[in-house]
Amino acid sequence: MSIVTVQLGQCGNQIGFEVFDALLSDSHSSQGLCCKRENEAYQASCKERFFSEEEKGVPIARAVLVDMEPKVINQTLAKAAQSGRWKYGQHACFCQKQGSGNNWAYGYSVHGPRHEESIMNLIRKEVEKCDSFSGFFIIMSMAGGTGSGIGAFVTQNLQDQYSNSLKMNQIIWPYGTGEVIVQNYNSILTLSHLYRSSDALLVHENDAVHKICAKLMNIKQISFSDINQVLAHQLGSVFQPTYSAESSFHYRRNPLGDLMEHLVPHPEFKMLSIRNVPHMSENSLAYSTFTWAGLLKHLRQMLISNARMEEGMSHHTQPNFSWGLTMLPRLVLNPWFQEFKTSLANMVKPHLYKNLEGFKDPALYTSWLVPVNAFNVWKTQRAFSKYEKSAVLVSNSQFLVKPLDMIVGKAWNMFASKAYIHQYTKFGIEEEDFLDSFTSLEQVVASYCNL
Amino acid sequence: MTQSVVVQVGQCGNQIGCCFWDLALREHAAVNQKGIYDEAISSFFRNVDTRVVGDGGSISKGKICSLKARAVLIDMEEGVVNEILQGPLRDVFDTKQLITDISGSGNNWAVGHRVFGSLYQDQILEKLRKSAEHCDCLQCFFIIHSMGGGTGSGLGTFLLKMLEDEFPEVYRFVTSIYPSGEDDVITSPYNSILAMKELNEHADCVLPIDNQSLFDIISKIDLMVNSGKLGTTVKPKSLVTSSSGALKTQHKKPFDAMNNIVANLLLNLTSSARFEGSLNMDLNEISMNLVPFPQLHYLVSSLTPLYTLTDVNIPPRRLDQMFSDAFSKDHQLLRADPKHSLYLACALMVRGNVQISDVRRNIERLKASLQFVSWNQEGWKTSLCSVPPVGHSHSLLALANNTCVKPTFMELKERFMRLYKKKAHLHHYLQVEGMEESCFTEAVSSLSALIQEYNQLDATKNMPVQDLPRLSIAV
Repeated sequence: MSIVTVQLGQCGNQIGFEVFDALLSDSHSSQGLCCKRENEAYQASCKERFFSEEEKGVPIARAVLVDMEPKVINQTLAKAAQSGRWKYGQHACFCQKQGSGNNWAYGYSVHGPRHEESIMNLIRKEVEKCDSFSGFFIIMSMAGGTGSGIGAFVTQNLQDQYSNSLKMNQIIWPYGTGEVIVQNYNSILTLSHLYRSSDALLVHENDAVHKICAKLMNIKQISFSDINQVLAHQLGSVFQPTYSAESSFHYRRNPLGDLMEHLVPHPEFKMLSIRNVPHMSENSLAYSTFTWAGLLKHLRQMLISNARMEEGMSHHTQPNFSWGLTMLPRLVLNPWFQEFKTSLANMVKPHLYKNLEGFKDPALYTSWLVPVNAFNVWKTQRAFSKYEKSAVLVSNSQFLVKPLDMIVGKAWNMFASKAYIHQYTKFGIEEEDFLDSFTSLEQVVASYCNL
Repeated sequence: MTQSVVVQVGQCGNQIGCCFWDLALREHAAVNQKGIYDEAISSFFRNVDTRVVGDGGSISKGKICSLKARAVLIDMEEGVVNEILQGPLRDVFDTKQLITDISGSGNNWAVGHRVFGSLYQDQILEKLRKSAEHCDCLQCFFIIHSMGGGTGSGLGTFLLKMLEDEFPEVYRFVTSIYPSGEDDVITSPYNSILAMKELNEHADCVLPIDNQSLFDIISKIDLMVNSGKLGTTVKPKSLVTSSSGALKTQHKKPFDAMNNIVANLLLNLTSSARFEGSLNMDLNEISMNLVPFPQLHYLVSSLTPLYTLTDVNIPPRRLDQMFSDAFSKDHQLLRADPKHSLYLACALMVRGNVQISDVRRNIERLKASLQFVSWNQEGWKTSLCSVPPVGHSHSLLALANNTCVKPTFMELKERFMRLYKKKAHLHHYLQVEGMEESCFTEAVSSLSALIQEYNQLDATKNMPVQDLPRLSIAV
């Protein structure tokens, strides 16, 4: 079944390009480490999901590109065409001349309604091209104006027009110390709206990915393109084909549906995160060997101690059986959160499945879910993107509460002084809308805390 | 891609404008090697087939035929504009874009604003409309003028109100040259304060600059160039004051070098909107991020580097030095010390081969020495443009909304009061029809209110940051 990707704004388009590139180069890679028949099945499945009928042998990405100013889309289209291996559809993009000015209100209330018809038409055309349609994957950032404002608007429209299809929003959480000054306002408005209309929010934090680039991959001068490539690698490893429950050689047909079914048991808890092992630079890869036991142990520890990467995390956190405050020797007590993150649901995709008992420990999960429901494994024989063994963990857990709380706090402080509010009220977003957003997000924070 | 129209008013405005167009041509010539009229050029220039008579000559794509600046030149005396039209840039301007008169405004704001304002109102409107029509998507008017004289100050601010009424959705960015203490125009405080009232009310964003700072920067550059420190030579084309490679090659006038700095400022401001980069910043984002309250729209700017050394391999330490310089008071284009005042917001516009990690490293490093207002502790806006300016491998423009503009305003007010108490030269103004003493008192109170706002913010400077109580939810 096919997934239609909607790329919004500068961030969405830049990342979308890297994702398609990663997916295609992995599926064509010669280091699949599996038999030929296996490889072909994998390639066919990947192509069906993300690319449509080839024109002169070049697959066309199932994507709609939206931006309110032309520079980034032009660059993205050019880069894809240059690679020669795939490209975007000629008429798959919607572009205007003047951007949204980092203003959520402008994106949501002005650009959204003004261009609603054209954008939805483009999306519909892409959906019609699919033989069997699985759902939408929407890539956007929260800090700017287009990705966030129009993203929220489009997701709402998709909710109305395609109520039977699934929508997963890939959200980029901005750096803590500003890329955009009003990013906290834009973020809370986006999150509160998406919480209502989206089915799952897959979150990537710029800070976390930046650290991965710096510490694990040893990149000295990190550019956005490096960050986007790491992101694409993580997303690619989630979305590449895996076996369905029945047997090997049959790839899962409905990735989005299965993901949502397993990871979003309750509509109040929609925020998902990805952790991937291993991450290293190409140079180191040739000299490394991995064992499954090691990789999986790292992954589990990352989950429990809320680390984003496999270095620098505390190995002393142990799960415990009470939901009160954990008293552990070396951790600073934070009265709001347990340092040990409880999970709602976890899903692991290791290649060449081995012992995963560590993830089935009931102490990891909240009391109203049994591990057998909460933990799922997806596997495939085929290696992903030059890593002989890799595992990716998608989890719905408390880990995002702290960043969310920080953003809400900062936005609240700014709101109290009424700074920048006139920029939003100019376009129809009033103080009540802000208050509504604050209320719904405080609710989300509280729910996650009570796990 | 959007377009911008530059409106240059008065002697100062036109001289700066001339430098600006010169540099803009140079920059686009360096970037656009193939001579194709692309969207980047179209933001400031029209492509016109000069063989076609009348209006129909605009070409939107293809090879560059003849570039015309999107500009309106206004001056109430002919000297400066005539010189431009006889100089090497004459082909860049359309005679239909000019409005001139003969006698000048006599350094009198009232003459510029009221007399010439009403006289030329229709003509100005018509020219502005014409230039707007030539634009696909007009985003911004850049107004360049000085505050101390009569035309730039009076007529320039008269324009603002007109622009606000006629083109409410188009941003108005004003580059204002403030008079320094040793200004030779006696009535400059009157003119400036009367103009400030208009700026307060009708401009979206103001970039105040003063001549003394520009002069200090020039002196510093001269010192560096001439001192010839052992082993280091300055790349001649890299001086922010140089116009080498440009059409005007003679620096006969003393103000030329200073005007070049302002021209560079405008180019760098718009670079991320014109050229590609990994984190773009359009002009509407400047206003969105840097203007937290409508009245506080005065942005202090600083440009680095002022020159580069011929040493080609620039190690990261030099890059970091660029960031540090941007916050030092020697590099500000206004006499101000942002480091010791309160920041409301700050934007860093980087050009060239600089990546996000470099920017982040420097923000982390510099944050500790800067004071930000309590509700905007992380008030940074960054933009990365991959195209460096001519002669440099990278550059940085910092725009700060900072309470350090307050001393400039307070000084201006003091000078005003010194004259006003004695009623000195007042009759020149009151002679003009429609001018009364109330205009003066209103202007001063508008400025006082602004100063008061800054005072209130400064009062919060050293208070500890408190987290306000949040909404509590019943679970």
